[in-house]
Amino acid sequence: MSSDEHELNLRQRLSGLSRLPLLRGARVSGEAERLEQQLARLQAETSDEEIWRSVELARHPDRPYTLDYVERMLDDWVELHGDRGRADDGAMVTGIGSLDGRTVVVIGNQKGRDVKERIARQFGMPYPEGYVKAMRVMEIGARFGFPIVSLVDTPGAYPGVAAEQHGQGGAIARSQATMVRLGVPTIACIIGEGGSGGAVAIAVCDRVLMQENAIYSVITPEGCAAILWRDAGEAKKAAAAFKPDARHCLDLGVVDGIVPEPPGGAQTDHDEAARLLKAALAESLEELDQTDAEDLVRRRRAKFRGMGVFA
Amino acid sequence: MTEARIDVQVEHRHAPPVEQKHPNTCPKCGSHYRDDELDAALWVCGHCGHHFPMRARARIAWYADPGSFVEEAAGVRSDDPLEFFDLRPYAERLAEAELNTGLGEAIVVGQAAMDGHPVQLAVMDFAFMGGSMGSAVGEKLSRACDAAVERSVPLVAVTSSGGARMQEGILSLMQLPKTVCAIEDLHEARVPLFVVMAHPTTAGVLASFASLGDVTIAEPGALIAFTGPRVVQQTTREKLPDDFGLAEQNLRFGHLDAIVPRADQRAYLLRLLRLFAPA
Repeated sequence: MSSDEHELNLRQRLSGLSRLPLLRGARVSGEAERLEQQLARLQAETSDEEIWRSVELARHPDRPYTLDYVERMLDDWVELHGDRGRADDGAMVTGIGSLDGRTVVVIGNQKGRDVKERIARQFGMPYPEGYVKAMRVMEIGARFGFPIVSLVDTPGAYPGVAAEQHGQGGAIARSQATMVRLGVPTIACIIGEGGSGGAVAIAVCDRVLMQENAIYSVITPEGCAAILWRDAGEAKKAAAAFKPDARHCLDLGVVDGIVPEPPGGAQTDHDEAARLLKAALAESLEELDQTDAEDLVRRRRAKFRGMGVFA
Repeated sequence: MTEARIDVQVEHRHAPPVEQKHPNTCPKCGSHYRDDELDAALWVCGHCGHHFPMRARARIAWYADPGSFVEEAAGVRSDDPLEFFDLRPYAERLAEAELNTGLGEAIVVGQAAMDGHPVQLAVMDFAFMGGSMGSAVGEKLSRACDAAVERSVPLVAVTSSGGARMQEGILSLMQLPKTVCAIEDLHEARVPLFVVMAHPTTAGVLASFASLGDVTIAEPGALIAFTGPRVVQQTTREKLPDDFGLAEQNLRFGHLDAIVPRADQRAYLLRLLRLFAPA
């Protein structure tokens, strides 16, 4: 049943109820109210089609990546390489730059633009080395009082033999633990795909923003469909069921704000997308500047400890 | 939401043929046991040493001094914020899991004593929806951390989980940072965390509190991986080593302090409890 049909069906049931000759003591109003509420929610909610459009735009090959934003938002950019132990992970870029005259640390995922670069950067999927590198650079920020900006755009952490052997799970856990210790303002923005543990590993921030057409989810639509529907082709249905779009993430309190994109999506105008993102980052930064280091850490933990819905 | 419902035929069309093996038949050597035999042997195959999954309550009964366990946060239950519907409604899966396991959620927490040492226990149960971590599991684990801090007693966490509970969408992912925050508070209060990884400890649970123990041990043969072998094989087409993701490989690569057979775990934990006991 399409969403329109569903709405029509609800409306019909609702008008049917209001026409019922009411017996004394009959409780139809409760049912009518419930249907009204359902209808109101249906109209406000992002439709399944819109959710899938977000999935497609979030993965658009022309969408700006971390370094596209860095180049447009920051002056004096210095990229820092390597985890000081094993490797320099191309899927995770880190560095220091100046945002309107203020030094900030940037960490972010980088997908590649062409085939060669994509392979070199593992399609934006970091190895544990990438998370170790991010931790190293975030700690520099904490040491010198530089705010941390994290730009998330990954399908997930790299699912490979070496990644497992090098401790993917532990690296993701420790990256989050590092982030809840940082005594400086931290802002994350999901700028494309926020895929599962690999994304949340660098998104445990005071402010978590999400671009209008970004997605943030516990698993890829394909992965979810393969497990729950036993068919990766049902990705669209899976996405409609677990709702990875910005609107729903905001409603659930998982993100604090939605960053607008140019009409048609960030891929249509990189400069404008960068201008909008920079404005949102500056605004969040200004809010967070009022808070001292201890309170930042305390509030950050309180925020994430409050997440979830249970009975 | 009706439009999210789909034809149940899909389940038949795509379901792989499932080989039904009795849960009490050892998958390694084929020995078969009665429930009471396995119970008496701590659910370890007497012939080949294979560790069968051990239910949370049975493990608590084995770790804790008789009569010392007091369950806490038992009333915390999962909700269904997304009204999630795959082949069946999430609410139905939850009710079924509760009926089949006699548990309210995939983790049991509470206070106990081990050989007289007061401890906080948080034990996961794979039988409840694959030990998956949704909001209720995250909350119960966090409360166990707080209780351990409040009483200033070590937390012993036993993990067995397929990862975050997909049916709760993004909120299940948020249980990673939530539990990490709870563990950070525990670390800062200088309360020890001992993690026992049982088969399987994967994905979201491995990528959060399970990996943050002061001392971390695993059961022999347990799968401990962020991404399981099937998905690694499918996505990368890499040739997998024979012991890919197993506890033995994790030990070799430095991710574990020890592999401790179930029968020795109580003594191992007691040694830690003595060493970490306040002077």
